[in-house]
Amino acid sequence: MLLIPCPYCGERPELEFRCGGEAHIARAADPSAVDDGAWSEFLFSRGNPKGLYAERWNHAHGCQRWFNAIRDTASDRFVESYKMGEKRPLPGGE
Amino acid sequence: MRRFSLRTLIAEAFNAHQGWERQWRNPEPKPAYDVIIVGAGGHGLATAFYLASEHGVTNVAVIEKGWLGGGNTGRNTTIIRSNYLYDESAGLYEHAVKLWEGLSQALNYNVMYSQRGVLMLAHNVHDVQSFKRHVYANRLQGIDNEWLTPEQAKAFCPPLNISRDLRYPVLGGALQRRGGVARHDAVAWGYARAADALGVDIIQNCEVTGFRRNASGAVEAVETSRGTIKAKRVGVVAAGHTSVILARAGLRMPLESFPLQALVSEPVKPVFPCVVMSNAVHAYISQSDKGELVIGAGTDQYVSYSQQGGLHVPMHALDAICELFPQFSRMRMLRSWGGIVDVTPDRSPIIGKTAVPGLFVNCGWGTGGFKATPGSGHVFAHTLATGEPHPLNAPFTLDRFRTGRLIDEAAAAAVTH
Ligand SMILES: Cc1cc2nc3c(=O)[nH]c(=O)nc-3n(C[C@H](O)[C@H](O)[C@H](O)COP(=O)(O)OP(=O)(O)OC[C@H]3O[C@@H](n4cnc5c(N)ncnc54)[C@H](O)[C@@H]3O)c2cc1C
Ligand SMILES: [Zn+2]
Repeated sequence: MLLIPCPYCGERPELEFRCGGEAHIARAADPSAVDDGAWSEFLFSRGNPKGLYAERWNHAHGCQRWFNAIRDTASDRFVESYKMGEKRPLPGGE
Repeated sequence: MRRFSLRTLIAEAFNAHQGWERQWRNPEPKPAYDVIIVGAGGHGLATAFYLASEHGVTNVAVIEKGWLGGGNTGRNTTIIRSNYLYDESAGLYEHAVKLWEGLSQALNYNVMYSQRGVLMLAHNVHDVQSFKRHVYANRLQGIDNEWLTPEQAKAFCPPLNISRDLRYPVLGGALQRRGGVARHDAVAWGYARAADALGVDIIQNCEVTGFRRNASGAVEAVETSRGTIKAKRVGVVAAGHTSVILARAGLRMPLESFPLQALVSEPVKPVFPCVVMSNAVHAYISQSDKGELVIGAGTDQYVSYSQQGGLHVPMHALDAICELFPQFSRMRMLRSWGGIVDVTPDRSPIIGKTAVPGLFVNCGWGTGGFKATPGSGHVFAHTLATGEPHPLNAPFTLDRFRTGRLIDEAAAAAVTH
Protein backbone atom coordinates (compact mmCIF):
# COMPACT_ATOMS: atom_id res chain seq x y z
CA MET A 1 0.00 0.00 0.00
CA LEU A 2 1.28 3.45 -0.89
CA LEU A 3 1.98 6.17 1.64
CA ILE A 4 0.68 9.26 -0.10
CA PRO A 5 1.79 12.80 0.79
CA CYS A 6 -1.30 15.01 0.93
CA PRO A 7 -0.06 18.64 0.79
CA TYR A 8 -2.64 19.52 3.47
CA CYS A 9 -2.48 16.51 5.84
CA GLY A 10 0.92 14.93 5.28
CA GLU A 11 1.56 11.27 4.58
CA ARG A 12 -1.48 9.04 4.83
CA PRO A 13 -2.22 5.45 3.72
CA GLU A 14 -3.47 4.86 0.22
CA LEU A 15 -6.86 3.58 1.40
CA GLU A 16 -7.81 7.19 2.22
CA PHE A 17 -7.26 8.33 -1.37
CA ARG A 18 -8.76 8.07 -4.81
CA CYS A 19 -6.55 8.42 -7.85
CA GLY A 20 -7.88 10.81 -10.50
CA GLY A 21 -5.53 9.89 -13.33
CA GLU A 22 -3.15 12.04 -15.31
CA ALA A 23 -2.87 15.69 -14.21
CA HIS A 24 -2.60 18.85 -16.29
CA ILE A 25 -4.94 17.78 -19.09
CA ALA A 26 -6.66 21.04 -19.90
CA ARG A 27 -10.05 21.23 -21.52
CA ALA A 28 -10.04 23.34 -24.70
CA ALA A 29 -10.76 27.01 -24.02
CA ASP A 30 -13.22 27.05 -26.92
CA PRO A 31 -14.61 23.48 -27.06
CA SER A 32 -16.60 23.94 -30.27
CA ALA A 33 -13.52 25.17 -32.11
CA VAL A 34 -11.49 21.97 -31.75
CA ASP A 35 -11.84 18.94 -34.01
CA ASP A 36 -12.58 15.29 -33.15
CA GLY A 37 -8.88 14.45 -33.02
CA ALA A 38 -8.27 17.04 -30.32
CA TRP A 39 -11.33 15.83 -28.37
CA SER A 40 -10.10 12.28 -28.58
CA GLU A 41 -6.69 13.40 -27.28
CA PHE A 42 -8.34 15.25 -24.39
CA LEU A 43 -10.76 12.50 -23.43
CA PHE A 44 -8.80 9.33 -24.04
CA SER A 45 -5.06 9.67 -24.73
CA ARG A 46 -2.78 9.43 -21.72
CA GLY A 47 0.97 9.70 -21.22
CA ASN A 48 1.10 6.44 -19.26
CA PRO A 49 4.90 6.63 -18.95
CA LYS A 50 7.27 4.28 -17.18
CA GLY A 51 8.92 6.94 -15.01
CA LEU A 52 7.83 10.26 -13.55
CA TYR A 53 4.12 10.93 -13.88
CA ALA A 54 2.00 13.83 -12.68
CA GLU A 55 -1.39 12.67 -11.48
CA ARG A 56 -4.38 13.93 -9.55
CA TRP A 57 -5.33 12.51 -6.17
CA ASN A 58 -8.31 13.11 -3.95
CA HIS A 59 -7.92 12.69 -0.20
CA ALA A 60 -11.44 11.24 -0.12
CA HIS A 61 -11.43 9.91 3.45
CA GLY A 62 -9.39 12.78 4.87
CA CYS A 63 -9.52 16.45 4.02
CA GLN A 64 -11.41 15.58 0.80
CA ARG A 65 -9.30 17.97 -1.22
CA TRP A 66 -7.82 17.33 -4.66
CA PHE A 67 -4.12 17.81 -5.28
CA ASN A 68 -1.44 16.80 -7.77
CA ALA A 69 1.54 14.57 -7.16
CA ILE A 70 4.54 13.36 -9.05
CA ARG A 71 5.26 9.67 -8.73
CA ASP A 72 7.71 7.33 -10.41
CA THR A 73 5.55 4.62 -11.98
CA ALA A 74 8.48 2.20 -12.15
CA SER A 75 9.12 2.24 -8.39
CA ASP A 76 5.82 3.73 -7.14
CA ARG A 77 7.83 6.32 -5.13
CA PHE A 78 6.26 9.73 -4.66
CA VAL A 79 8.65 12.53 -5.54
CA GLU A 80 6.56 15.54 -4.67
CA SER A 81 2.97 16.67 -4.19
CA TYR A 82 1.57 20.14 -4.80
CA LYS A 83 -1.69 21.99 -4.64
CA MET A 84 -4.17 22.28 -7.49
CA GLY A 85 -3.38 25.28 -9.64
CA GLU A 86 0.30 25.27 -8.76
CA LYS A 87 2.77 24.72 -11.56
CA ARG A 88 4.24 21.26 -12.06
CA PRO A 89 7.50 21.48 -10.11
CA LEU A 90 9.56 19.11 -12.28
CA PRO A 91 10.27 19.37 -16.00
CA GLY A 92 8.65 17.00 -18.45
CA GLY A 93 5.03 18.07 -18.14
CA GLU A 94 2.89 20.47 -20.08
CA MET B 1 10.25 -30.85 -35.18
CA ARG B 2 9.54 -34.28 -33.74
CA ARG B 3 5.82 -34.68 -33.17
CA PHE B 4 4.34 -35.68 -29.84
CA SER B 5 2.29 -38.85 -30.14
CA LEU B 6 1.62 -42.01 -28.19
CA ARG B 7 4.26 -43.75 -30.30
CA THR B 8 7.01 -41.18 -29.65
CA LEU B 9 6.08 -41.05 -25.96
CA ILE B 10 6.38 -44.81 -25.56
CA ALA B 11 9.63 -44.83 -27.52
CA GLU B 12 11.06 -42.14 -25.25
CA ALA B 13 9.87 -43.96 -22.14
CA PHE B 14 12.31 -46.72 -23.04
CA ASN B 15 15.00 -44.11 -23.69
CA ALA B 16 14.78 -42.34 -20.28
CA HIS B 17 13.36 -39.38 -22.26
CA GLN B 18 16.84 -38.45 -23.47
CA GLY B 19 15.84 -38.15 -27.13
CA TRP B 20 13.69 -35.04 -26.99
CA GLU B 21 15.16 -32.09 -28.82
CA ARG B 22 14.92 -28.45 -27.76
CA GLN B 23 11.43 -27.12 -28.43
CA TRP B 24 12.62 -24.02 -30.26
CA ARG B 25 15.89 -22.57 -31.53
CA ASN B 26 17.70 -19.64 -29.97
CA PRO B 27 18.69 -17.80 -33.18
CA GLU B 28 20.80 -14.70 -33.67
CA PRO B 29 18.73 -11.91 -35.22
CA LYS B 30 18.99 -11.64 -39.01
CA PRO B 31 19.58 -8.17 -40.50
CA ALA B 32 16.07 -8.01 -41.98
CA TYR B 33 12.63 -9.62 -41.78
CA ASP B 34 9.34 -9.24 -43.61
CA VAL B 35 7.50 -8.88 -40.30
CA ILE B 36 8.77 -8.14 -36.81
CA ILE B 37 6.51 -8.76 -33.85
CA VAL B 38 7.44 -6.97 -30.64
CA GLY B 39 6.55 -9.07 -27.60
CA ALA B 40 6.61 -12.87 -27.25
CA GLY B 41 3.51 -13.28 -25.13
CA GLY B 42 0.73 -15.60 -26.25
CA HIS B 43 -0.72 -12.99 -28.60
CA GLY B 44 2.59 -12.21 -30.32
CA LEU B 45 3.55 -15.87 -30.69
CA ALA B 46 0.09 -16.80 -31.98
CA THR B 47 0.37 -13.97 -34.51
CA ALA B 48 3.69 -15.36 -35.73
CA PHE B 49 2.29 -18.89 -35.94
CA TYR B 50 -0.72 -17.86 -38.02
CA LEU B 51 1.41 -15.60 -40.24
CA ALA B 52 3.52 -18.63 -41.10
CA SER B 53 0.82 -21.30 -41.17
CA GLU B 54 -2.07 -19.43 -42.80
CA HIS B 55 -0.41 -16.70 -44.83
CA GLY B 56 2.89 -18.29 -45.83
CA VAL B 57 4.83 -15.40 -44.27
CA THR B 58 7.73 -17.19 -42.60
CA ASN B 59 10.46 -14.55 -42.64
CA VAL B 60 9.24 -13.36 -39.26
CA ALA B 61 10.93 -12.48 -35.96
CA VAL B 62 9.29 -12.25 -32.56
CA ILE B 63 11.40 -10.00 -30.36
CA GLU B 64 11.09 -10.31 -26.62
CA LYS B 65 12.85 -8.26 -23.96
CA GLY B 66 12.66 -11.03 -21.34
CA TRP B 67 11.73 -14.67 -21.81
CA LEU B 68 8.82 -15.85 -23.92
CA GLY B 69 5.55 -16.13 -22.04
CA GLY B 70 6.98 -14.24 -19.05
CA GLY B 71 4.53 -11.34 -19.28
CA ASN B 72 0.81 -11.47 -18.58
CA THR B 73 0.52 -14.72 -20.49
CA GLY B 74 2.41 -16.46 -17.67
CA ARG B 75 0.74 -14.46 -14.90
CA ASN B 76 -2.95 -14.72 -15.56
CA THR B 77 -5.76 -16.79 -14.07
CA THR B 78 -6.54 -18.32 -17.51
CA ILE B 79 -10.31 -17.85 -17.55
CA ILE B 80 -11.72 -18.41 -21.04
CA ARG B 81 -15.23 -17.47 -22.13
CA SER B 82 -16.97 -15.63 -24.96
CA ASN B 83 -20.29 -14.43 -23.49
CA TYR B 84 -19.65 -10.72 -24.09
CA LEU B 85 -22.48 -8.29 -24.74
CA TYR B 86 -21.77 -6.55 -28.04
CA ASP B 87 -21.74 -8.37 -31.37
CA GLU B 88 -18.23 -7.11 -32.13
CA SER B 89 -16.75 -8.52 -28.92
CA ALA B 90 -18.82 -11.69 -28.90
CA GLY B 91 -17.66 -12.36 -32.47
CA LEU B 92 -14.01 -11.87 -31.62
CA TYR B 93 -14.01 -13.89 -28.38
CA GLU B 94 -16.14 -16.67 -29.86
CA HIS B 95 -13.68 -16.92 -32.75
CA ALA B 96 -11.04 -17.53 -30.08
CA VAL B 97 -13.11 -20.13 -28.18
CA LYS B 98 -13.63 -22.08 -31.42
CA LEU B 99 -9.87 -22.06 -31.99
CA TRP B 100 -9.25 -23.09 -28.35
CA GLU B 101 -11.45 -26.14 -28.91
CA GLY B 102 -9.05 -27.51 -31.53
CA LEU B 103 -5.82 -25.89 -30.38
CA SER B 104 -4.04 -28.84 -28.80
CA GLN B 105 -4.46 -30.77 -32.05
CA ALA B 106 -3.54 -27.81 -34.27
CA LEU B 107 -0.31 -27.18 -32.33
CA ASN B 108 0.43 -30.83 -31.46
CA TYR B 109 0.87 -29.52 -27.93
CA ASN B 110 -1.44 -30.08 -24.99
CA VAL B 111 -2.73 -26.67 -23.92
CA MET B 112 -5.09 -28.41 -21.47
CA TYR B 113 -8.17 -26.45 -22.47
CA SER B 114 -10.69 -27.67 -19.93
CA GLN B 115 -14.30 -26.67 -20.63
CA ARG B 116 -15.46 -26.96 -17.05
CA GLY B 117 -17.84 -24.01 -17.29
CA VAL B 118 -17.54 -20.38 -16.17
CA LEU B 119 -20.16 -19.19 -13.71
CA MET B 120 -20.53 -15.42 -13.18
CA LEU B 121 -22.38 -14.55 -10.00
CA ALA B 122 -25.01 -11.84 -9.66
CA HIS B 123 -25.24 -10.09 -6.30
CA ASN B 124 -27.64 -7.21 -6.90
CA VAL B 125 -30.56 -6.20 -9.07
CA HIS B 126 -28.30 -4.47 -11.56
CA ASP B 127 -26.20 -7.63 -11.95
CA VAL B 128 -29.31 -9.74 -12.50
CA GLN B 129 -30.66 -7.42 -15.19
CA SER B 130 -27.33 -7.00 -16.89
CA PHE B 131 -26.49 -10.73 -16.89
CA LYS B 132 -29.91 -11.64 -18.25
CA ARG B 133 -29.40 -9.07 -20.98
CA HIS B 134 -26.09 -10.80 -21.77
CA VAL B 135 -27.82 -14.19 -21.86
CA TYR B 136 -30.42 -12.93 -24.35
CA ALA B 137 -27.85 -11.12 -26.49
CA ASN B 138 -25.66 -14.23 -26.56
CA ARG B 139 -28.62 -16.37 -27.60
CA LEU B 140 -29.10 -14.10 -30.63
CA GLN B 141 -25.37 -14.34 -31.37
CA GLY B 142 -25.49 -18.15 -31.20
CA ILE B 143 -23.26 -18.23 -28.13
CA ASP B 144 -24.09 -20.48 -25.19
CA ASN B 145 -24.88 -18.68 -21.96
CA GLU B 146 -27.62 -19.56 -19.53
CA TRP B 147 -29.21 -18.08 -16.43
CA LEU B 148 -29.07 -20.13 -13.21
CA THR B 149 -31.07 -19.58 -10.05
CA PRO B 150 -29.08 -19.65 -6.78
CA GLU B 151 -30.12 -23.28 -6.24
CA GLN B 152 -29.06 -24.25 -9.76
CA ALA B 153 -25.78 -22.40 -9.25
CA LYS B 154 -25.17 -24.35 -6.05
CA ALA B 155 -25.96 -27.62 -7.81
CA PHE B 156 -23.39 -26.73 -10.46
CA CYS B 157 -20.81 -25.54 -7.94
CA PRO B 158 -21.42 -27.26 -4.56
CA PRO B 159 -18.86 -25.23 -2.54
CA LEU B 160 -20.88 -22.06 -3.24
CA ASN B 161 -22.56 -20.41 -0.27
CA ILE B 162 -26.04 -19.25 -1.32
CA SER B 163 -27.19 -18.33 2.17
CA ARG B 164 -29.35 -15.20 2.22
CA ASP B 165 -27.38 -13.66 5.04
CA LEU B 166 -24.20 -13.04 3.08
CA ARG B 167 -23.22 -9.41 2.89
CA TYR B 168 -23.82 -9.69 -0.88
CA PRO B 169 -26.04 -12.73 -1.34
CA VAL B 170 -25.95 -14.73 -4.56
CA LEU B 171 -29.05 -13.87 -6.58
CA GLY B 172 -28.20 -16.16 -9.48
CA GLY B 173 -25.56 -16.47 -12.14
CA ALA B 174 -24.79 -16.70 -15.83
CA LEU B 175 -23.13 -19.92 -16.91
CA GLN B 176 -21.18 -20.53 -20.08
CA ARG B 177 -20.58 -24.25 -20.19
CA ARG B 178 -18.04 -24.08 -23.05
CA GLY B 179 -15.91 -21.69 -21.01
CA GLY B 180 -13.10 -22.89 -18.81
CA VAL B 181 -9.38 -22.65 -18.28
CA ALA B 182 -6.19 -23.60 -20.14
CA ARG B 183 -2.57 -24.09 -19.15
CA HIS B 184 -1.08 -20.61 -19.68
CA ASP B 185 2.57 -21.61 -20.15
CA ALA B 186 1.64 -24.38 -22.55
CA VAL B 187 -0.13 -21.84 -24.74
CA ALA B 188 3.02 -19.75 -25.09
CA TRP B 189 5.26 -22.80 -25.47
CA GLY B 190 2.94 -24.54 -27.93
CA TYR B 191 2.72 -21.52 -30.20
CA ALA B 192 6.46 -20.87 -29.88
CA ARG B 193 7.33 -24.45 -30.80
CA ALA B 194 4.92 -24.54 -33.74
CA ALA B 195 5.99 -21.11 -35.06
CA ASP B 196 9.68 -21.97 -34.70
CA ALA B 197 9.13 -25.19 -36.65
CA LEU B 198 7.73 -23.10 -39.51
CA GLY B 199 10.86 -20.91 -39.59
CA VAL B 200 9.91 -18.03 -37.27
CA ASP B 201 12.86 -16.64 -35.28
CA ILE B 202 12.04 -16.08 -31.61
CA ILE B 203 14.64 -13.71 -30.21
CA GLN B 204 14.60 -13.48 -26.43
CA ASN B 205 16.53 -11.12 -24.15
CA CYS B 206 16.30 -8.42 -26.80
CA GLU B 207 14.50 -5.19 -25.96
CA VAL B 208 12.99 -2.97 -28.63
CA THR B 209 14.11 0.55 -27.82
CA GLY B 210 12.93 2.55 -30.83
CA PHE B 211 11.94 2.68 -34.47
CA ARG B 212 13.69 3.88 -37.60
CA ARG B 213 11.52 5.54 -40.19
CA ASN B 214 12.18 6.30 -43.86
CA ALA B 215 11.76 9.60 -45.69
CA SER B 216 8.03 9.06 -46.15
CA GLY B 217 7.60 8.39 -42.42
CA ALA B 218 7.00 4.65 -42.71
CA VAL B 219 8.70 2.35 -40.27
CA GLU B 220 11.67 0.52 -41.81
CA ALA B 221 13.51 -0.95 -38.83
CA VAL B 222 13.38 -1.47 -35.10
CA GLU B 223 16.22 -0.45 -32.79
CA THR B 224 16.94 -3.11 -30.20
CA SER B 225 19.40 -3.81 -27.42
CA ARG B 226 21.06 -6.16 -29.93
CA GLY B 227 21.25 -3.70 -32.83
CA THR B 228 19.04 -2.45 -35.62
CA ILE B 229 16.82 -4.98 -37.39
CA LYS B 230 15.02 -4.07 -40.60
CA ALA B 231 11.39 -4.95 -41.25
CA LYS B 232 8.73 -4.18 -43.83
CA ARG B 233 6.01 -4.31 -41.19
CA VAL B 234 6.12 -4.18 -37.42
CA GLY B 235 3.39 -5.36 -35.05
CA VAL B 236 3.61 -4.27 -31.42
CA VAL B 237 1.99 -6.82 -29.08
CA ALA B 238 3.45 -5.72 -25.77
CA ALA B 239 0.46 -5.56 -23.38
CA GLY B 240 1.27 -3.26 -20.43
CA HIS B 241 4.32 -1.75 -22.15
CA THR B 242 2.56 -0.69 -25.34
CA SER B 243 2.39 3.02 -24.43
CA VAL B 244 6.09 3.02 -23.56
CA ILE B 245 7.11 1.43 -26.87
CA LEU B 246 4.78 3.46 -29.07
CA ALA B 247 5.87 6.70 -27.39
CA ARG B 248 9.18 6.03 -29.14
CA ALA B 249 7.34 6.31 -32.45
CA GLY B 250 5.80 9.57 -31.24
CA LEU B 251 2.38 8.06 -30.51
CA ARG B 252 0.25 8.83 -27.47
CA MET B 253 -2.19 5.99 -26.82
CA PRO B 254 -5.61 5.74 -25.16
CA LEU B 255 -4.16 3.32 -22.61
CA GLU B 256 -3.40 3.18 -18.92
CA SER B 257 -1.24 0.43 -17.40
CA PHE B 258 -2.30 -0.94 -14.03
CA PRO B 259 -0.99 -3.78 -11.86
CA LEU B 260 -3.43 -6.70 -11.72
CA GLN B 261 -2.81 -9.36 -9.09
CA ALA B 262 -3.44 -13.04 -8.63
CA LEU B 263 -2.53 -15.65 -6.02
CA VAL B 264 -2.51 -19.40 -5.52
CA SER B 265 -3.09 -21.57 -2.49
CA GLU B 266 -1.31 -24.68 -1.34
CA PRO B 267 -2.35 -27.67 -3.50
CA VAL B 268 -5.26 -29.78 -2.28
CA LYS B 269 -7.35 -32.63 -3.67
CA PRO B 270 -10.02 -31.75 -6.25
CA VAL B 271 -12.56 -29.59 -4.44
CA PHE B 272 -13.67 -27.06 -7.00
CA PRO B 273 -15.35 -28.22 -10.21
CA CYS B 274 -15.64 -25.07 -12.31
CA VAL B 275 -14.64 -21.43 -12.64
CA VAL B 276 -16.52 -18.84 -10.61
CA MET B 277 -16.27 -15.11 -11.24
CA SER B 278 -17.84 -12.44 -9.15
CA ASN B 279 -17.42 -8.94 -10.48
CA ALA B 280 -19.49 -7.25 -7.79
CA VAL B 281 -17.44 -8.53 -4.85
CA HIS B 282 -14.38 -8.92 -7.03
CA ALA B 283 -13.10 -12.46 -6.87
CA TYR B 284 -12.29 -15.13 -9.43
CA ILE B 285 -11.51 -18.69 -8.56
CA SER B 286 -10.76 -22.06 -10.11
CA GLN B 287 -8.60 -25.03 -9.18
CA SER B 288 -5.57 -25.94 -11.25
CA ASP B 289 -4.80 -29.53 -12.21
CA LYS B 290 -1.94 -29.36 -9.69
CA GLY B 291 -4.56 -28.73 -7.02
CA GLU B 292 -3.88 -25.09 -6.21
CA LEU B 293 -6.77 -22.70 -5.94
CA VAL B 294 -6.07 -20.00 -8.51
CA ILE B 295 -7.53 -16.71 -7.35
CA GLY B 296 -7.75 -13.47 -9.29
CA ALA B 297 -7.89 -10.11 -7.54
CA GLY B 298 -8.44 -6.59 -8.83
CA THR B 299 -6.29 -3.84 -10.27
CA ASP B 300 -4.63 -1.09 -8.31
CA GLN B 301 -6.15 2.30 -8.90
CA TYR B 302 -3.03 4.01 -10.25
CA VAL B 303 -0.73 3.57 -13.26
CA SER B 304 2.28 1.47 -12.35
CA TYR B 305 4.91 -0.70 -13.97
CA SER B 306 6.10 -2.18 -10.67
CA GLN B 307 4.55 -5.61 -11.41
CA GLN B 308 3.62 -5.74 -7.74
CA GLY B 309 0.54 -3.95 -6.47
CA GLY B 310 -0.75 -3.27 -2.97
CA LEU B 311 -1.45 -6.09 -0.52
CA HIS B 312 -4.90 -4.75 0.32
CA VAL B 313 -6.07 -5.65 -3.19
CA PRO B 314 -5.67 -9.45 -2.90
CA MET B 315 -6.84 -9.26 0.72
CA HIS B 316 -10.09 -7.80 -0.55
CA ALA B 317 -10.44 -10.69 -3.01
CA LEU B 318 -9.81 -13.19 -0.20
CA ASP B 319 -12.52 -11.58 1.94
CA ALA B 320 -14.95 -12.28 -0.87
CA ILE B 321 -13.66 -15.84 -1.43
CA CYS B 322 -14.06 -16.70 2.26
CA GLU B 323 -17.59 -15.34 2.29
CA LEU B 324 -18.64 -17.18 -0.89
CA PHE B 325 -16.75 -20.40 -0.12
CA PRO B 326 -16.45 -20.68 3.69
CA GLN B 327 -14.68 -24.05 3.34
CA PHE B 328 -11.59 -22.18 2.08
CA SER B 329 -11.29 -19.90 5.10
CA ARG B 330 -8.37 -21.92 6.52
CA MET B 331 -6.53 -22.52 3.21
CA ARG B 332 -3.00 -21.16 3.11
CA MET B 333 -1.98 -18.99 0.22
CA LEU B 334 1.42 -19.82 -1.27
CA ARG B 335 2.31 -16.89 -3.46
CA SER B 336 0.90 -13.80 -5.13
CA TRP B 337 2.15 -11.73 -8.04
CA GLY B 338 1.16 -8.93 -10.37
CA GLY B 339 1.10 -8.30 -14.10
CA ILE B 340 0.83 -4.97 -15.88
CA VAL B 341 -2.37 -4.74 -17.89
CA ASP B 342 -3.06 -2.15 -20.57
CA VAL B 343 -6.58 -0.82 -20.17
CA THR B 344 -8.53 1.13 -22.81
CA PRO B 345 -11.35 3.57 -22.01
CA ASP B 346 -14.01 1.17 -23.37
CA ARG B 347 -12.29 -2.01 -22.10
CA SER B 348 -12.08 -3.39 -25.64
CA PRO B 349 -8.80 -4.11 -27.44
CA ILE B 350 -7.17 -2.16 -30.24
CA ILE B 351 -6.10 -4.32 -33.19
CA GLY B 352 -4.94 -2.61 -36.34
CA LYS B 353 -3.04 0.28 -37.87
CA THR B 354 -1.39 3.20 -36.13
CA ALA B 355 -0.75 6.66 -37.58
CA VAL B 356 2.73 5.47 -38.61
CA PRO B 357 2.67 3.54 -41.93
CA GLY B 358 3.88 -0.04 -41.50
CA LEU B 359 3.46 0.06 -37.72
CA PHE B 360 0.57 -2.01 -36.38
CA VAL B 361 -0.60 -2.61 -32.83
CA ASN B 362 -2.51 -5.29 -30.95
CA CYS B 363 -3.08 -4.07 -27.40
CA GLY B 364 -5.61 -2.95 -24.84
CA TRP B 365 -6.60 -6.47 -23.79
CA GLY B 366 -6.38 -5.25 -20.24
CA THR B 367 -7.54 -7.67 -17.59
CA GLY B 368 -9.10 -10.18 -19.97
CA GLY B 369 -7.04 -11.02 -23.02
CA PHE B 370 -5.75 -14.51 -22.31
CA LYS B 371 -9.05 -15.99 -23.46
CA ALA B 372 -8.62 -14.25 -26.80
CA THR B 373 -5.06 -15.43 -27.49
CA PRO B 374 -5.73 -17.70 -30.51
CA GLY B 375 -8.36 -15.42 -32.06
CA SER B 376 -6.30 -12.30 -31.51
CA GLY B 377 -3.23 -13.86 -33.13
CA HIS B 378 -5.33 -15.16 -36.00
CA VAL B 379 -6.93 -11.83 -36.95
CA PHE B 380 -3.74 -9.84 -36.30
CA ALA B 381 -1.79 -12.18 -38.60
CA HIS B 382 -4.37 -11.43 -41.29
CA THR B 383 -3.96 -7.70 -40.64
CA LEU B 384 -0.16 -7.85 -40.85
CA ALA B 385 -0.13 -10.12 -43.91
CA THR B 386 -2.66 -8.14 -45.97
CA GLY B 387 -2.29 -4.66 -44.49
CA GLU B 388 -6.05 -4.66 -43.88
CA PRO B 389 -8.12 -5.89 -40.92
CA HIS B 390 -9.93 -9.22 -40.85
CA PRO B 391 -13.72 -8.59 -40.65
CA LEU B 392 -13.64 -9.66 -36.98
CA ASN B 393 -11.11 -7.03 -35.91
CA ALA B 394 -12.28 -4.28 -38.27
CA PRO B 395 -14.35 -2.56 -35.53
CA PHE B 396 -11.42 -2.59 -33.07
CA THR B 397 -9.53 0.34 -34.59
CA LEU B 398 -7.54 2.99 -32.79
CA ASP B 399 -9.62 5.50 -34.72
CA ARG B 400 -12.79 4.56 -32.82
CA PHE B 401 -11.67 6.88 -30.03
CA ARG B 402 -11.87 9.73 -32.55
CA THR B 403 -15.10 8.73 -34.31
CA GLY B 404 -16.78 7.85 -31.02
CA ARG B 405 -17.76 4.38 -32.22
CA LEU B 406 -16.67 2.70 -28.98
CA ILE B 407 -17.27 -0.95 -28.14
CA ASP B 408 -18.22 -0.21 -24.61
CA GLU B 409 -17.80 -3.46 -22.73
CA ALA B 410 -16.71 -1.23 -19.81
CA ALA B 411 -20.25 -0.01 -19.43
CA ALA B 412 -21.59 -3.50 -20.14
CA ALA B 413 -19.52 -5.35 -17.55
CA ALA B 414 -18.79 -2.39 -15.26
CA VAL B 415 -15.52 -3.99 -14.09
CA THR B 416 -12.89 -6.51 -14.92
CA HIS B 417 -13.68 -9.12 -17.51
C1 LIG C 1 -3.13 -11.36 -12.67
C2 LIG C 1 -3.75 -11.43 -14.03
C3 LIG C 1 -4.89 -12.22 -14.24
C4 LIG C 1 -5.49 -12.28 -15.49
N1 LIG C 1 -6.54 -13.14 -15.66
C5 LIG C 1 -7.06 -13.32 -16.90
C6 LIG C 1 -8.08 -14.28 -17.10
O1 LIG C 1 -8.49 -14.99 -16.19
N2 LIG C 1 -8.59 -14.43 -18.35
C7 LIG C 1 -8.16 -13.67 -19.39
O2 LIG C 1 -8.67 -13.82 -20.49
N3 LIG C 1 -7.17 -12.75 -19.23
C8 LIG C 1 -6.61 -12.56 -18.01
N4 LIG C 1 -5.61 -11.64 -17.83
C9 LIG C 1 -5.17 -10.81 -18.96
C10 LIG C 1 -4.22 -11.57 -19.86
O3 LIG C 1 -3.16 -12.09 -19.10
C11 LIG C 1 -3.63 -10.66 -20.93
O4 LIG C 1 -4.63 -9.90 -21.57
C12 LIG C 1 -2.92 -11.47 -22.01
O5 LIG C 1 -2.16 -12.51 -21.45
C13 LIG C 1 -2.03 -10.56 -22.82
O6 LIG C 1 -1.22 -11.35 -23.65
P1 LIG C 1 -0.09 -10.65 -24.50
O7 LIG C 1 0.56 -11.73 -25.26
O8 LIG C 1 -0.68 -9.52 -25.26
O9 LIG C 1 0.86 -9.98 -23.39
P2 LIG C 1 2.11 -10.51 -22.57
O10 LIG C 1 2.03 -11.96 -22.28
O11 LIG C 1 2.28 -9.58 -21.42
O12 LIG C 1 3.28 -10.33 -23.61
C14 LIG C 1 3.84 -9.07 -23.94
C15 LIG C 1 5.32 -9.27 -24.04
O13 LIG C 1 5.93 -8.08 -24.55
C16 LIG C 1 7.21 -8.00 -23.98
N5 LIG C 1 7.75 -6.65 -24.12
C17 LIG C 1 7.35 -5.52 -23.46
N6 LIG C 1 8.11 -4.47 -23.83
C18 LIG C 1 8.99 -4.93 -24.75
C19 LIG C 1 10.05 -4.32 -25.51
N7 LIG C 1 10.35 -3.01 -25.39
N8 LIG C 1 10.77 -5.09 -26.37
C20 LIG C 1 10.50 -6.42 -26.49
N9 LIG C 1 9.51 -7.05 -25.80
C21 LIG C 1 8.76 -6.31 -24.94
C22 LIG C 1 6.97 -8.41 -22.54
O14 LIG C 1 8.18 -8.82 -21.91
C23 LIG C 1 5.96 -9.54 -22.69
O15 LIG C 1 6.55 -10.83 -22.69
C24 LIG C 1 -4.98 -11.53 -16.58
C25 LIG C 1 -3.85 -10.73 -16.38
C26 LIG C 1 -3.22 -10.68 -15.13
C27 LIG C 1 -1.99 -9.84 -14.95
ZN1 LIG D 1 -5.61 15.68 3.01
